Amino acid sequence: MAAAALGCGAGWRRAWRRGLGGTLPAPVPIAALVPVTVPVPARRPPRVVARNAGGGAVPAGKSGLAPWVPVVGLEIHAQISSNSKLFSGSQVQFAAPPNSLVSFFDASLPGTLPVLNRRCVEAAVMTGLALNCSINKKSLFDRKHYFYADLPAGYQITQQRVPIAVNGSLSYSLCIDNKMSQMVTKTVRIKQIQLEQDSGKSLHDDSRSQTLVDLNRAGVGLMEVVMEPDMCCGEEAAAAVRELQLILQTLGSSQAIMAEGQLRVDANVSVHHPGEPYGVRTEVKNINSIRFLAKAIDYEIQRQIEELENGGTILNETRAFDSKLGCTVPMRDKEGMQDYRFMPEPNLPPLILYDTKSLPANVNHQQVVNIDWIHERLPDLPSAKRAKLVELYGILPEHSFTLVNEDGLTEFFENVVKQTQMKPKKVIGWILNDLLSYLKQHSCTVKESPISSVLLADLLNLLEKKEISASAAKQVFEELWKGEGKTPLEIVKEKQLQLLEDQEELEQICQAVIDEHEKEVMAIKAGNQKVVNKLIGLVQRATQGRSNPVLVKQILEKKLSE
Amino acid sequence: MLRASLRQVSAALKEGQVTPTELCHKCLALIKSTKLLNAYITVAEETALKQAEESEERYRRGQPLGVLDGIPIAVKDNFNTAGIETTCASNMLKGYIPPYNATVVQKLQDQGAVLLGKTNLDEFAMGSGSTDGVFGPVRNPWSYSRQYKEKSAPKSDPEHEEFKWVITGGSSGGSAAAVSSFTCFAALGSDTGGSTRNPAAHCGVVGLKPTYGLISRHGLIPLVNSMDVPGILTRCVDDAAVVLGTLAGHDPKDSTTIQDVFQPFELPNMPDVSKLCIGIPKEYNAPGLSSEILAVWSKAADLFKNAGAKVIEVSLPHTPYSIVCYHVLCTAEVASNMARFDGLEYGHRSGVNESTESMYAATRREGFNDVVRGRILSGNYFLLKQNYEDYFVKAQKVRRLIANDFVKVFRSGVDILLTPTTLSDAVPYIEFIKEDNRTRSTQDDILTQAANMAGLPAISVPTALSERGLPVGLQFIGRSFQEKQLLTVAKWFEKQVKFPMIQLEEVKGA
Repeated sequence: MAAAALGCGAGWRRAWRRGLGGTLPAPVPIAALVPVTVPVPARRPPRVVARNAGGGAVPAGKSGLAPWVPVVGLEIHAQISSNSKLFSGSQVQFAAPPNSLVSFFDASLPGTLPVLNRRCVEAAVMTGLALNCSINKKSLFDRKHYFYADLPAGYQITQQRVPIAVNGSLSYSLCIDNKMSQMVTKTVRIKQIQLEQDSGKSLHDDSRSQTLVDLNRAGVGLMEVVMEPDMCCGEEAAAAVRELQLILQTLGSSQAIMAEGQLRVDANVSVHHPGEPYGVRTEVKNINSIRFLAKAIDYEIQRQIEELENGGTILNETRAFDSKLGCTVPMRDKEGMQDYRFMPEPNLPPLILYDTKSLPANVNHQQVVNIDWIHERLPDLPSAKRAKLVELYGILPEHSFTLVNEDGLTEFFENVVKQTQMKPKKVIGWILNDLLSYLKQHSCTVKESPISSVLLADLLNLLEKKEISASAAKQVFEELWKGEGKTPLEIVKEKQLQLLEDQEELEQICQAVIDEHEKEVMAIKAGNQKVVNKLIGLVQRATQGRSNPVLVKQILEKKLSE
Repeated sequence: MLRASLRQVSAALKEGQVTPTELCHKCLALIKSTKLLNAYITVAEETALKQAEESEERYRRGQPLGVLDGIPIAVKDNFNTAGIETTCASNMLKGYIPPYNATVVQKLQDQGAVLLGKTNLDEFAMGSGSTDGVFGPVRNPWSYSRQYKEKSAPKSDPEHEEFKWVITGGSSGGSAAAVSSFTCFAALGSDTGGSTRNPAAHCGVVGLKPTYGLISRHGLIPLVNSMDVPGILTRCVDDAAVVLGTLAGHDPKDSTTIQDVFQPFELPNMPDVSKLCIGIPKEYNAPGLSSEILAVWSKAADLFKNAGAKVIEVSLPHTPYSIVCYHVLCTAEVASNMARFDGLEYGHRSGVNESTESMYAATRREGFNDVVRGRILSGNYFLLKQNYEDYFVKAQKVRRLIANDFVKVFRSGVDILLTPTTLSDAVPYIEFIKEDNRTRSTQDDILTQAANMAGLPAISVPTALSERGLPVGLQFIGRSFQEKQLLTVAKWFEKQVKFPMIQLEEVKGA
């Protein structure tokens, strides 16, 4: 698995479900506003998905005769980061008490009308621009009908005919053969980005034959990003989604936290022989982390290949990924294909966007969205950030990936660099090898690190000023991790880790080591210079790491040549 | 006092000739004595009296809110009224008490108007008779007028009389009957295909359907979102202008209302029509138009001619396709709008609970009448993927052609179109129910729904009494957002025709 594709999904994880039977997360208390007792759980119908096109890598089939080409496309729902919902003023907040964030419109009370949230439009435009899309200056809203307990209006407002953004692309990088030093960059086409409403949540209590409905999420703004089937394996899909996630987070258009359902990925998977038409596609749902995305896709590819090799056929069906079993299972679809009876949303006029050229004079700026204005204010995207890091600090490209991939790590690194005389190239080693591995070991985010950038900079300055040795610095780092509020200098003093400045004392210690290790001295004198390192190590041990290895080496060499 | 116009009674309130509570009590008493009309589904006696007292206090302090302060009004029961049951005359919403006011209701209350109650209609406004609601049919007050009795049933015995009562038209029949029978000074209706103008014509009151987008639909329980407009029913054109002035304007809660600021207007006292061009669309001489109405129409045209206006015959060639096209678009939106009534969040929920689907099905079967279910069924059929292009898209294209017909006529220099509102005067209930709702709606909306398709303002003005002593109305259709011109012409016309006041006798059934 490529580092670029690794999720930083520490902490708790929740089984994400949308229209799926199966295990549920801890039940949410009964709905306050809408206690709904629904006898037998109704199943959400499958969604119609875009047809696959494109190809990818070619793993050999089991038979070894004809290779199979897997084709992977993605449909990603990103929850828009916004204070209020797409068409109502209700707040958006994760894990609020059930049905506490429900406006009259969200509950579809008769006579209520949608009012488009400008912030959501701006977020979608921003995202479209960041993904190199053409922004449609006129887009339309449609109603998509189906009956489901957590869809109060009986239809979802979406953009079926003319979405807000089309024809974009996303470049992402991944490692070859798990080697950080061998990264390749690939591109996936973005078919479209559409604005749509989220549904509420249904919690099926099978034992009591009832369904609880929470409408807090109903009407929250989503961007559906449709990626063309340009990928060929789980790892590619994972890397693409990770890159998208970083872009969304950089833009602030979505928090894109998969564990909180802010980023939901459905994968369309098929396999075929080269030169032949694409195979029948399945849609894999219920994937709630990037790691599981790769697993689910790879499992599904393998399953399809095996099925076909064994003379079976692939059904056009929706399958759910079971993260516990690591496999995909068919979802119980009630009626198979559903006719959504799309219709234009009559309560919303076409969404008109302007650029500086088309912006009408005397217009109220609160009433319009200017694409150019948004374009000019786009922040640096992850790819640009990485390039800047490489250029500015002379670090390796693969290091820039790690810095950008970990939330807050770039800032941490840059803060340390600012406060220390140590070269960035050396600082990066401390960040990636020491800080990051501690964080991983303790499942901490950068923000939760007990060692602040100031403390680390102080420590590195002591090292840089040769007041302590590298090995002493590691000891101080370990102390600092305990988070007892001591400064590096206090720790150094307390543990007496300062470098031994006293030349005479050091010479005495060196002499003692030489005296006690006749065999080694003989070997050095016989020409094996490597053994000097052993003696240096012994001196270090004798001084508890407080001696300067360079100085020790000089003294030893001088004494041995006497 | 109750027979006065809104403007007259407003002046009387200001001068202290009557107090808001007196007025409110009188109206409530009249509602009770005319209960047989079945114009009201809910009479909000308690809140009305409370509002009247508050109004009275404002007058006492010399600080009335506006021209509507203390004036009793009624609202069709498909507008949300906070704390007051809103049923749409359907089992589905029986007992439903909305938590919010429709914008138009709020605006009336902000002006100090006193809400007497909620008026009867066809279930979810689907009908043209006000006969197909769950609370029973509305009776036309003219059934109990001296004029009708003298001409149509001179020597009838009470039993016979019971069979002679005529419908109000619909679907805002309750509102029209309420204004016509003097139980309120103005009422809100809704107009999707003629639902305000049709009952206005049959009940001898003014019925205004403003331009689509001029008045907020927020809180109006929709029939067809792209055509629905809140309608205004009053005793005279001036009153309609007053109510329009308080309701019109942008509403941030309805994205289809126009942004432009609306300037309330007063109509000139001596309107001049001599410089106008009145168009007479020949297609409105439709099959089934009664000779009586044709004669009234033609006489009206002469009135304008005699006043110096240019009166020309014009053509709106796509009119004959309008009603079919309306049917497709209407049912499609109905199918969609009615999807929310699933028994979960509000309204009726069936006791059937074998499965979610069976609960949905039973809820909707029990909650909706045949008319609503029929429209849902056909609408969903038109929206099916395989039918969408053939029906919905085609209907939308025809709708555009119909709208363009009007644009062309107005561009050619025509200021106002003059047409009949209905094919005939009101028919007895007993006759009316011989045909099914769909056939009747097709006939009854034929002269009115094109204005909805095109979003244009239109008004029905009571013009004459038929041979049977029942009101006949004519319709004026104006340019988009040119309500002032439309109402000015309507006011001039109203002055010319001197439509007789209803001589309402005791409303008493068999």
